Amino acid sequence: MPSAISTVTRAQTHRLAAQLRLAMLAVPAMLFLTVVLFVPLANLLSLGVASGTFAPYQKALGDPLYLSVIGLTFSIALATAVICLLLGYPIALFLALSRGIVLTVGFICVLLPFWTSLLVRTYAWLALLGRNGVINRCLLDWGLISEPLPLLYNFGGVLVGTVHVLLPYMIFPIYAAMVRIDRNLALAAEGLGAGICSIFWRIYLPLTLPGVFAGCALVFILSLSAFVTPALLGGGRVIMIANIIQIQVSEFLNWPFASALSAVVLVSAVLIYMLLGLLTDQGRTLQTQRPH
Amino acid sequence: MIGVSGEPTLAVEGVERRFGAVRASAGVDVDVAEGELLTILGPSGSGKTTLLHVIAGFETLDRGTIYIGGHDVTTTPPARREIGMVFQNYALFPHMTVSDNIAFPLAMRRTARAECAERVRQVLDLVALRGFGKRYPAQLSGGQQQRVTLARAIVFRPKVLLLDEPFGALDRQLRESMQLEVRRLQQRLGLATIFITHDQEEALIMSDRIAVMRDGQLKQIAPDEIYTRPTDAFVAEFVGESNLISGRIERIERGNARIAGPGDWKIMAPVGPNLSEGEEIAWLLRPEIPRPRDDTRPCENSFLGRITETIYLGNSHKYRLECAKGLSLLVRWPASASRPKLPVGREIEVVWSAADGHVLRRS
Repeated sequence: MPSAISTVTRAQTHRLAAQLRLAMLAVPAMLFLTVVLFVPLANLLSLGVASGTFAPYQKALGDPLYLSVIGLTFSIALATAVICLLLGYPIALFLALSRGIVLTVGFICVLLPFWTSLLVRTYAWLALLGRNGVINRCLLDWGLISEPLPLLYNFGGVLVGTVHVLLPYMIFPIYAAMVRIDRNLALAAEGLGAGICSIFWRIYLPLTLPGVFAGCALVFILSLSAFVTPALLGGGRVIMIANIIQIQVSEFLNWPFASALSAVVLVSAVLIYMLLGLLTDQGRTLQTQRPH
Repeated sequence: MIGVSGEPTLAVEGVERRFGAVRASAGVDVDVAEGELLTILGPSGSGKTTLLHVIAGFETLDRGTIYIGGHDVTTTPPARREIGMVFQNYALFPHMTVSDNIAFPLAMRRTARAECAERVRQVLDLVALRGFGKRYPAQLSGGQQQRVTLARAIVFRPKVLLLDEPFGALDRQLRESMQLEVRRLQQRLGLATIFITHDQEEALIMSDRIAVMRDGQLKQIAPDEIYTRPTDAFVAEFVGESNLISGRIERIERGNARIAGPGDWKIMAPVGPNLSEGEEIAWLLRPEIPRPRDDTRPCENSFLGRITETIYLGNSHKYRLECAKGLSLLVRWPASASRPKLPVGREIEVVWSAADGHVLRRS
């Protein structure tokens, strides 16, 4: 029937128009991102292959010096993620179980670092961890050590900085996953005979895993591109990939090589993100699949 | 129904639980025998769930004792009380399959793997979910999830079963079939069961006994008398529709009282020995009791009234009758083709026998 067909097309047109209007909401941000992110990014990536060869990539992935920097960057990122998880999970749990004023104060403590400049906070670590810093001075004065401990300009020193900066990025996704858990699940498990350990390992932890994955992905990827922290706390001895890129650009003006290094970081970040996303999705589809 | 030992399976004595100044449980005494189903009926906020959580051990109590199978379990942690509980929102573990959910209490008791599988299979059959073991809760309908919760609560053979408004989220038809199913299962397994609901119809369908809860107190533990002979006005109002009318006893003669109301109407109703002449009372008449006068049987009470309001309920009509001398009655009569709706303004004489009224002390 012609009238029925026209009704269908009209309904489709309406739906299309509605979707278009919805898409309009994203236009300003997309324009902005195109100008300040996508175009420069494409530019940058094209620099790496502008010479017509993959020489910059061969150098980045072949030279032992740069491979060791990439390796160190990944181990710092991994260690940061692991330490943030170990520190952040209990804090998220504490927040998730808190109410009222305790919760507010807890949140402020977690958010406080965001309100202070990264540079200021990193310099504060210098003052604390330096050869003549507060910690070494105290330990010397108390006679616990005879000469200053090397707390700065090494793997551990950088790690302290990255963990400090990125801890909130671990806490919030985990906290968000925790508050979504039905409180009755713990009661049900308890009533069915589970002790506190069983409740945690069998119910609570599996259900917070999506938050754990999200937090790990965030922290790992953000620490891959850490720049200020290794620059200050690494003191030229611990060099991460972002520092190398900066040196290549500003000192050697070797843009193609900087581009290749950037691409390596970008691709590994995307790969890791996809891998963790896959793990999270798998967990989530199992829990939310509906028949039909 | 009393267990073999002669003791109730579950006994709650003088239980009190305060939250600040609010007494969520204010001196509650309850006994439930093996195979018996006691319904606690009450409006939201009356303390039903708190009482259930106290019995399950999720809430500590300020005073009182709880016995299960004759043993004092007041300080026993929930994990060792051997109580099966069904939560209002099911509380199934979303990351576990149906089988794993049901096997959870067995795993916690370190049941051997083979026996575990066998019991899960049995209980899945029992709740008519054979073949659903590999699914996840989110892949089930509400009614199926409900059955899984029930299966999980009975698979470890507890002595006591607690049901916290288990059918609240189900649609009407499903709810009715689940009610009967749960009732059959509970009787078959001989579980001492406390069932919580705010739905009085559900309470009447399911229960051996009903207790009405209000402000943390259990108002009445009565069998089928809860509807016809409630002990106080709150219970009368909460269970079913009612004409609950204030009056004063003028005279008592051979167990029947003449009651007079504000507009000087007078009715006859039976009173117990605990009421005396001159007392201010509340008089209860269920709306389906009065009938149109038909001269077949003489009745002590007869009133001429005018219909001022009609409501059609599908299977019945409800009328508001304004009678002489200021008496206003709600009546409900079956609806059928031969009994069409009476129009507003119609005058009609209604009668009822004195024995069908019920007199309550004014609270």
